[in-house]
Amino acid sequence: MTRKSLVLHLLLLAAGIAAPFLFPAHTVQFAVFWIFILFALTWDTMGGQMGYNSLGNIAFFGFGMYICAVVQIALVYNVGEYTAANGAIKVDFTDQQYYTGLALGVFLAAIGPVILAAILSWILFGLRGPYFAIGTLGVAIAAAELTSAWSWVGGGSGISMPVFPGGPGVRERFFYGACMLAAILCYLFLRWLYSTRFSLAINAIRDDEEKAEALGLHTGRYKMVAWSVSAFFLGISGALFGNMTGFVEPLETAYPTLTFGIFMIAMALLGGKGTLWGPIIGATLFYTLRELTWTYLLGWQYIALGVLIIVNVVYFQQGILGWLRDRKPEWFGVRVETQSPKVPGKP
Amino acid sequence: MWDNLQILVAAPVFNIQLWLNGLSVGAVFALAAYGLALVWGVTSVKNLAQGDFVMLGGYLGYELSRHGVPPIAAIVPVAVLMFGYGWLIYKLIIRRVIQLDLFTSLLATFGLAITMQQVMNLLFGPDVRTLRSGFGRFQMFGGMVDITQIRVIAFAMCAVLAVAMVLFLRKSRMGQAIRATAQDPRAARVLGVNTDLVYALTFSINSAICGVAGVIIAMIWVIQPFYGIAYSVRAFVIVTAAGLGNFPAVIATALGLGVIEQYSGFVLGAQFQQATVVSLLLIILIWRQLLLRRHRLALQ
Amino acid sequence: MNVLCSKTARLAGAAAVAAALAFSGQASAEDTITLGSAISITGKYSQEGKNASDGYNFGVKRVNEMGGVKINGKNYKLAIKYYDDESTPARTAQLLERIINQDGIKYILGPYGSGPTKAAAPVTEKYKIPMVEAEGASRSLFTQGYRYMFAALSTSEQYLAPVIDLAAELAQKNGKNPSDLKIGMAFENDPFSLDVRDGVVDEAKKHGMKIVVDDKMPRDLSDISATLTKIKALRPDIIVFSGHTKGATTATRQMNELGVNASIVGMTHCESAKLTSQFGKAANGILCPTQWAETLKYKDDVFGTAMDYNKAFLAAHQEYKIVPYQVAQASAVIEIWADAFRRAQSMDTEKLRDALASTDLDTFYGHIKFSPAGNNIAKPMVLRQIQDDKYAVVAPTKYASEPVEYPRKAPQ
Repeated sequence: MTRKSLVLHLLLLAAGIAAPFLFPAHTVQFAVFWIFILFALTWDTMGGQMGYNSLGNIAFFGFGMYICAVVQIALVYNVGEYTAANGAIKVDFTDQQYYTGLALGVFLAAIGPVILAAILSWILFGLRGPYFAIGTLGVAIAAAELTSAWSWVGGGSGISMPVFPGGPGVRERFFYGACMLAAILCYLFLRWLYSTRFSLAINAIRDDEEKAEALGLHTGRYKMVAWSVSAFFLGISGALFGNMTGFVEPLETAYPTLTFGIFMIAMALLGGKGTLWGPIIGATLFYTLRELTWTYLLGWQYIALGVLIIVNVVYFQQGILGWLRDRKPEWFGVRVETQSPKVPGKP
Repeated sequence: MWDNLQILVAAPVFNIQLWLNGLSVGAVFALAAYGLALVWGVTSVKNLAQGDFVMLGGYLGYELSRHGVPPIAAIVPVAVLMFGYGWLIYKLIIRRVIQLDLFTSLLATFGLAITMQQVMNLLFGPDVRTLRSGFGRFQMFGGMVDITQIRVIAFAMCAVLAVAMVLFLRKSRMGQAIRATAQDPRAARVLGVNTDLVYALTFSINSAICGVAGVIIAMIWVIQPFYGIAYSVRAFVIVTAAGLGNFPAVIATALGLGVIEQYSGFVLGAQFQQATVVSLLLIILIWRQLLLRRHRLALQ
Repeated sequence: MNVLCSKTARLAGAAAVAAALAFSGQASAEDTITLGSAISITGKYSQEGKNASDGYNFGVKRVNEMGGVKINGKNYKLAIKYYDDESTPARTAQLLERIINQDGIKYILGPYGSGPTKAAAPVTEKYKIPMVEAEGASRSLFTQGYRYMFAALSTSEQYLAPVIDLAAELAQKNGKNPSDLKIGMAFENDPFSLDVRDGVVDEAKKHGMKIVVDDKMPRDLSDISATLTKIKALRPDIIVFSGHTKGATTATRQMNELGVNASIVGMTHCESAKLTSQFGKAANGILCPTQWAETLKYKDDVFGTAMDYNKAFLAAHQEYKIVPYQVAQASAVIEIWADAFRRAQSMDTEKLRDALASTDLDTFYGHIKFSPAGNNIAKPMVLRQIQDDKYAVVAPTKYASEPVEYPRKAPQ
């Protein structure tokens, strides 16, 4: 990392740490913002870097959420009773029970989706292009529907999560910190990953899979690992989100296929897919605009968001980073040779 | 589950009811899916707003009926209006995303979808609406099997559409142009086909078909600004399962899924209907992929 | 790659977020008390959300017309700040955090639906902000020991259980054994409807009745013909449905289309589904539980009698032909808040909470008295039947205006 780059990273980190203290009322909003960044980054690994556009990544989010919820409850109560009683049991978790439950839950919520990803890879990766996309959508919908029909985890009634011990202020900051940590870990990991030969391999898969296979690349293995990486972080984010929301139910909270699931894609495409910072910028812009329109343009917010997306797609097809790269290639380390005796690289 | 199966065996007449239900449901979904397949095949645009076009058609039909037009007669003006609307949307948005990354078009139509939903919500209000078709029903087997006439009409319309589209694509000049563009747009352009016109026409035809489907849906079920998504998803499932470019298969798949959904609802319970459809899609996709692999291996 | 520009962009973005959001919290005017609500303006329950918000707005308008709320000699007008929770519980929780933290609002009106309310209650409880709600009826809301949530409506298990009771009563009158009765039912797969189902199951068990069809309709489904075919095959004596507005519309229409009928047919949300105006004769005979009916003899000083409220609301809202109870109970929520402010003579949340807990109020909607768990135990659910394209109260007997039409004849 260059000196300048390191300083900027630290500045952003400082801003991230300071945010909940400077703007305590917005802590939960910022926490969800970190999760959206994680969404965009993990989607891009599959879609932008590898060329496999997944409409169903949200399945890992929901799967992680449910695993965490079940683990947290199962440590103390009988899950079937807890959910079936529709809240008729008065629940009381001790602090220690809560924290151990949460820790174990998040841990398992990271592992479970990875296993799911491995299984799904085996099933779905023979499909290409749109078939893969709709196939993954099908998986996400099936997950939502089957969970709704499964009364042990509460079915359509959902699960009321254990309440966080500790006062109101503490809870927000705790989850904010957790979400920020998850997003940062994801970023650092992907940053490292994209500098290894692994990223060259998955880029090769994106550019021309048949040739890559012909050259001896075990594409299947790479695809599975890429998806598992996404699944790992998405599972963690699901677990955290479920705890933050306090109430988990299959269709809208755990597996919001047609909202969060598509937002993931929108954010990555907005900022510029196939890059590391593109999804992050896209997430920032998207989330900011969404929150602003929801507050100030109530009744029109979807129209504003829809128009934004359309405008972005039509005029900024490669996303903001892509557009910038066209305009100012020098910023991206690309040397532009010009005919006239100008010093190349100077804007 | 076994009890329910026993009913079907002990009283076979209910199988007929399930088939009739399923075929009519499937026919309506086929309408929604057919246009999607057309647009996807010719322009490569994946129209995530398909269900919202359907809802818009339904609302136009509803508005016309409020002014005294009997719903079934509203189908023609709605088709015309929706054709125009499709043309407008093509010129404004779709045209610019056609040559782009295929997935980007999905995003553009997603933006369109959410915009349309809220515009409809503002224009027509959030109330759930439904139309009285004014038709009766057929009763058979001593009242054991009932099917409303509008459902039969829906099925007939689906059949008419299928035949009409096949004839159009095969026999007419424009149809040939469309097929040519679908196969290879650049070659078609070189040969003098106005691909822009072809794309506009395709998208508008899709819009019109959706409009018709919408009016029918308003007569059979309900419409509401935010209910379009279910139809979009189902249309995508059908088209994907049928395979691109295979129009007869789209109809067959739609009908088949309709019937299977009815059976799964009867035997397993309504909560499994959607899951069955989606699981079936996955199975079909995987099976087809396995077939391809075997084919590839056989060639080697 | 030199990511200088993107970082700048990101910082700028973050700064913009912070700046914009910092301005979003407005201080309320001196003479206004602002209530906050996250409600379904868009999404699956947008129609019901509109019913509720129309009720809230009507209530606020009337209270303000009558001079508002007087606290310590000063008159305050009421105002409501709305957010759209898109009919999703996760969003409700987030928005309530925002309403409480950023907007500094200390008095909450409930969202629509048991799911969103289940997500909202822990938030208001955590911040010790009182919430009065009237659109979340699930029993599970009242077993968690929430001290800051108060519900004006009767809980969900009371919706269809009276139908089962009535069926048992009528069976006995006609010489049949109640435990011989069979039930066919379908419920939407969401917290409220499943709770209603629990009520039915409990009641059925009490009478020893057998449930022969028990389907859960997924939320996106608008076709229940498979379930109805099953019901047709098994011929239960009682059919019950609960699926919010869409469920009622779909069930009525498809039962008619498939020729499905039983001696007793009950479903929820008849009024908001506009069964009488949409289906005419085809809806006759259906039993509809309701939280409120305009023919009931309640009255208060704000709206007058139930009938007065009915007339006034219809006059103000031409698009409504009848007033669904979701509207009435929302207005009642405003009355409850106004009454609490009056008795507490304070804007302090703790004093208000205590005032709310000790509410003992007559309203046009019914009597309001909260149990320690927060639900209203002083207002019964009432059962109406659609007769001659109109709603007539048939149970409990002391409120009944017409006898029950039994058995239900299949509409032609």
